Amino acid sequence: MEKTINNKAWFLVLPVFLLVAFSAIIPLMTVVNYSLQDTFGNNQFFWNGVGWFKELLDPSTDLGGRFLASLWRNLIFSAVILAIEVPLGIVVALSMPRSGWTVALCLVVLALPLLIPWNVVGTIWQIFGRPDIGLLGYVLNRIGIDYNYVSNEFDAWMTVIVMDVWHWTSLVALLCYAGLKSIPDAYYQAAQIDGASRWAVFTAIQLPKMHRVLLIAVLLRFMDSFMIYTEPFVVTGGGPGNSTTFISIELVKIALGQFDLGKAAALSLVYNLIILIVCWVFYTIMTNAGAERRPAKK
Amino acid sequence: MHSIPGRRIIMTVFLVFLLLPIYWLVNMSFKTNTEIVSTMTLWPHQPTAANYMRIFTDESWYSGYINSLKYVIINTVISIAVALPAAYAFARYRFLGDKHLFFWLLSNRMAPAAVYALPFFNLYSAIGLFDTPWAVALAHCIFNVPLAVWILEGFVSSVPREIDETAFLDGYSFPRFFIKILVPLIASGIGVAAFFCFMFSWVELLLARTLTATEAKPISAIMTRTVSAAGMDWGLLAAAGVLTIIPGALVIWFVRNYIARGFALGRV
Repeated sequence: MEKTINNKAWFLVLPVFLLVAFSAIIPLMTVVNYSLQDTFGNNQFFWNGVGWFKELLDPSTDLGGRFLASLWRNLIFSAVILAIEVPLGIVVALSMPRSGWTVALCLVVLALPLLIPWNVVGTIWQIFGRPDIGLLGYVLNRIGIDYNYVSNEFDAWMTVIVMDVWHWTSLVALLCYAGLKSIPDAYYQAAQIDGASRWAVFTAIQLPKMHRVLLIAVLLRFMDSFMIYTEPFVVTGGGPGNSTTFISIELVKIALGQFDLGKAAALSLVYNLIILIVCWVFYTIMTNAGAERRPAKK
Repeated sequence: MHSIPGRRIIMTVFLVFLLLPIYWLVNMSFKTNTEIVSTMTLWPHQPTAANYMRIFTDESWYSGYINSLKYVIINTVISIAVALPAAYAFARYRFLGDKHLFFWLLSNRMAPAAVYALPFFNLYSAIGLFDTPWAVALAHCIFNVPLAVWILEGFVSSVPREIDETAFLDGYSFPRFFIKILVPLIASGIGVAAFFCFMFSWVELLLARTLTATEAKPISAIMTRTVSAAGMDWGLLAAAGVLTIIPGALVIWFVRNYIARGFALGRV
């Protein structure tokens, strides 16, 4: 459907623009301001130019080393959870019951983890994984696996990953389910007449139809895992050592822990820039996918 | 046809995986601390409601829930109110810079809260809103408004344009058309958007904790602080956790029929 060109539409958008600009642009200017200065407390600031940015991007300094290490950890984390959650989410969506009261039940239970405050998610897994009082930790240790997420790096990683899978796979599953629901029955009937195998139905009908929602799912999951803070902070506190210190945790440590405003601000800007670039790439792919589909539709 | 072999088993296993940690939390909330620490029991052998009683009678605990609900509701109302006209504009018109504006909005949904924690603290202290529900509600707008616009735009697009035109021919003014015709037509979409605003505002902790001190402290912040100060009171912690799950569970129950569509952001 063609949209009419009407610049008066700006009046309708204005409240949103002002509200978000107030919450986004003013704080961002503060960050830019801090990132170019150094402070020794007492609200005295000194011009520091691009010094913080140079330090940030140089792995041999303390700040640069910490930034790159946490960035790297975060990228691995995002890759791992995407590799687990997307296929698992598709499988769960395909396993949804077809009709009846079980559909509502499954939907409600699936959505449940999404509505739990993030620190409570952390608390749940902190308790659940403890060897002394948690079911998971207790059972694992009972069957002879030495599991302790507080002291062992690998166990800490496993806990954080399983927690994220627990927390967010439902989102992918619900998105895929919404995509599957939009496939008309005629497609399946046609496939049946053609004698298509189960796998062929999946690759030729279901996957292409889920293409769009999957893109949204990957975008949301990548972004949210890239800025994950609360859950690992509650469970592991970024440890043992620095092994689960992701970028946001590192940032809050520098900003609110050490009150190193300049360093934190420079880190924030680079962090934001990475997110902006990824977001733009996805947005372009999404709008292109939408534009390709439009003529086919009508 | 659109399901796979063994789907019942897969679904059951997955649902059990989702429910087990929650069950464990509920289980612990009904135990005494002695029972939690000394024995490993699959259900409470000496069930007690003392943990819940303490939360309901101690104001420093239950005020946290009220504070949280306050900013969540303010945020949801603001987000929907400003997002509706904008969604209509994006769905119906092309205007100068529309695509860039949409992308900019979307990019704010993706901005990490950790980046904004400190500047927000400065900003809201400067304008005297620090430690009020308004500060948190406005701060949460940064990710909820773009999301609401995104969802509602999809729903408005699915309303045929002819309806607008007929209404204007019938002499409806724009505000009247908006309230009398468009809003009822996309009521389910508004419900879905409100659900998402509620959800993301309810689960967020970092900004909510940074922007409040004593008066407006949300429950999630009270949980982290009180518990560590009093030593580990596991039963109380678990009970507080269970109580934070309940509002979400209630909201899900009401919107369960729209969840799937809402998760595809109104675009399927």
